[in-house]
Amino acid sequence: MQLTQKHVEYWQKNLRITAILLAIWFVVTFVASWYARELNEITFIGPLGFYMGAQGSLVIYVVIIWFYARYMNNMDQEYGVHEGEDE
Amino acid sequence: MQNELTSRLRGYYLSYTGVFVALILLLAYLERQGLPPRWIGYAFLFFTIMIYAAIGIMSRTANVSEYYVAGRRVPAVYNGMATGADWMSAASFIGLAGTLYLSGYQGLAYVMGWTGGYVLVALLLAPYLRRFGQYTVPDFLAARYGGNAARLVGVFATVLASFVYVVAQIYGVGLIASRFVGLQFEIGVFLGLAGILVCSFLGGMKAVTWTQVAQYVILIVAYITPVAMLSIKVTGSPVPQISYWEVLEKVRVLETQIFTLPAEEQARQRFQERADALEARIEALPESLTQEKSLLLAQINERKFDGVTPMREVRALERQRRELPATPEQARVKWGEARHVALERAAVPNHHSDAYPGKTVEARNAARINFLTLIFCLMIGTAALPHILMRYYTTPSVREARASVFWSLLFILALYLTAPAYAVFAKHEIYLHLVNSEIARLPGWISAWSKLGLVSIEDINRDGILQLAELTLNPDVIVLATPEIAGLPYVISGLVAAGALAAALSTADGLLLTITGAMSHDVYYKIIRPQASTQWRLVISKSLLLVVAVFAAMFAAQKPATILSMVAWAFSIAGAAFFPALVLGIFWKRANKQGAVAGMLAGLLVTLYYMVRVQFDNITWLGLHGIGMQPWLEVQSTSAGVWGVPVGFLVIVVVSLLTPPPPRETQELVEQLRYPA
Repeated sequence: MQLTQKHVEYWQKNLRITAILLAIWFVVTFVASWYARELNEITFIGPLGFYMGAQGSLVIYVVIIWFYARYMNNMDQEYGVHEGEDE
Repeated sequence: MQNELTSRLRGYYLSYTGVFVALILLLAYLERQGLPPRWIGYAFLFFTIMIYAAIGIMSRTANVSEYYVAGRRVPAVYNGMATGADWMSAASFIGLAGTLYLSGYQGLAYVMGWTGGYVLVALLLAPYLRRFGQYTVPDFLAARYGGNAARLVGVFATVLASFVYVVAQIYGVGLIASRFVGLQFEIGVFLGLAGILVCSFLGGMKAVTWTQVAQYVILIVAYITPVAMLSIKVTGSPVPQISYWEVLEKVRVLETQIFTLPAEEQARQRFQERADALEARIEALPESLTQEKSLLLAQINERKFDGVTPMREVRALERQRRELPATPEQARVKWGEARHVALERAAVPNHHSDAYPGKTVEARNAARINFLTLIFCLMIGTAALPHILMRYYTTPSVREARASVFWSLLFILALYLTAPAYAVFAKHEIYLHLVNSEIARLPGWISAWSKLGLVSIEDINRDGILQLAELTLNPDVIVLATPEIAGLPYVISGLVAAGALAAALSTADGLLLTITGAMSHDVYYKIIRPQASTQWRLVISKSLLLVVAVFAAMFAAQKPATILSMVAWAFSIAGAAFFPALVLGIFWKRANKQGAVAGMLAGLLVTLYYMVRVQFDNITWLGLHGIGMQPWLEVQSTSAGVWGVPVGFLVIVVVSLLTPPPPRETQELVEQLRYPA
């Protein structure tokens, strides 16, 4: 497979968005949980630490996955990928 | 063509859902007319299993691609639903809410771990595996790391992790059948086996996929209905996921009142005294055992012939004597367990929403470490369990694979957002109506479930009033008894049983297919007889399915005790064995065969080593004694993967760099995975 400039660019962009989204995932999961006791002092719908574990983080996970799928599908089109629905 | 398929599917599943709802309403009507509960249980059991069998027969197939990957024609939304059912097992359906009830905030590790793993699936694995487009996870390892060594390690880890998991599902089926339909446990197990086999045997992945979509509908309706009705009763709102926050506030107030009541403190004090007495007795072994024996004997002899003591009391004393442990070793174990139970009851309970509670700074830090490591292991395990990854081979395109992970998590959230609400509503109900009421006048569900040993009450301070410390609930009771706690008709209980059955059967189907896929496709076809005909491959696969299923059912019928921690182990095993090799295989071209094989083995061994040494002190059948060790950094055995996964990554990197880079073809394969053609 001959790698062109376009290929390299496509992969770089993919790596960048993956890294950004993983960073968000990490903060939401591990940093927020580490400080759960402190977050519980704040009330947002429920105690914030509890809220993040029970609902907040879950909703963010789903948004991350939705965003990635949309971003990559757009990029596939932009880079002229023709992988049709009925491959 | 894809669009036509989608609209046809929508028609099928909408009418199916309609029929199911009509059945519920019909049974509710018949119950009012006096249909006995047992028949409602039968009706749900037979209707749902007939549906699964019908789908299995309709989707029977003799085509290899259809058998292993459903012909790669499953639209994203339906694959998402099937993945949801595949994913949510008996443990999610029955156990999760109860765990949240008992441990409050600490239980949220499961909620986050079992959902956040999908971010890793979506970003790091699913699209690349789909583009690779073979049949199993070991297929990928073999292609990427050239040769059968990586494939065999992959097969071994697949079978190990999935088998442990499938036994737990079949066990769950037996439990549900025996509780709700009144069948004998062993008969329930084999009935469940039949339910699993009708679809996976005839139609492989194709039949399993369409059955799982049907099972998803049943399990989610069954899960949400009772708690929504409870929510309407308590708050007036039909959306428990929103309304439980105000109830959580009320629970906090109730907790503060109840925890400090003098009667509560007294009851806890009594349990503490009992624990201390047991401890003294354990320390005085073996003399204390002989002493105990002679004491009871003296009491029996004294009362047997005094003519005043009723015979009943004497018999009770005699039974007590018979049940005394035979040897000092047994006594140590038995009294140790009793002491543990008493200590748990003697402890001041924690507030539901408190994070990392504990008396000392060390205890609080250990709680936090265990929370975070458990999340880590569950997430990595989710992203490495072969039966989930396999599902993303079944979509028509990479695009659909990405969308499909989104739909999977969305459908899974329907249950995971509801589980914390279950726990809070149940706690509210129990704290408000049960605690502080007269033991002689407790509601009927308490005695019904305590007959099954899932609820136990002991009036230790003999005041005739139920204190919180005197009530012990098995976590499974929360979901199973919520309909009764809320005073709903029996038809709802039947619905819950049908949902739990659907959750267990759908997961078992997916797992069995993964195990037989690894054995028949990877071992038999790819290694032993590559020239085997298509027809013969399916014959081998189906016979293996039968053998593995019967084997798993026999295992489950033994009622293995440590089954629940075994399920958590499956996540650590799969995570340590697969995750590093899969991710580096896609994102690091330099990773080679030697590195991958060494890394997978190292990760697996470190994980198993830690689990075994922390969990067990003796393994008699291997002749091992005194192998127990102190956990590192207080990490529990269920989170062993937290050591195995980093070791796996490290070994792959180091060994790869010390050995020659992979051949040109492998590097080209990685490029094909990364760039759409």
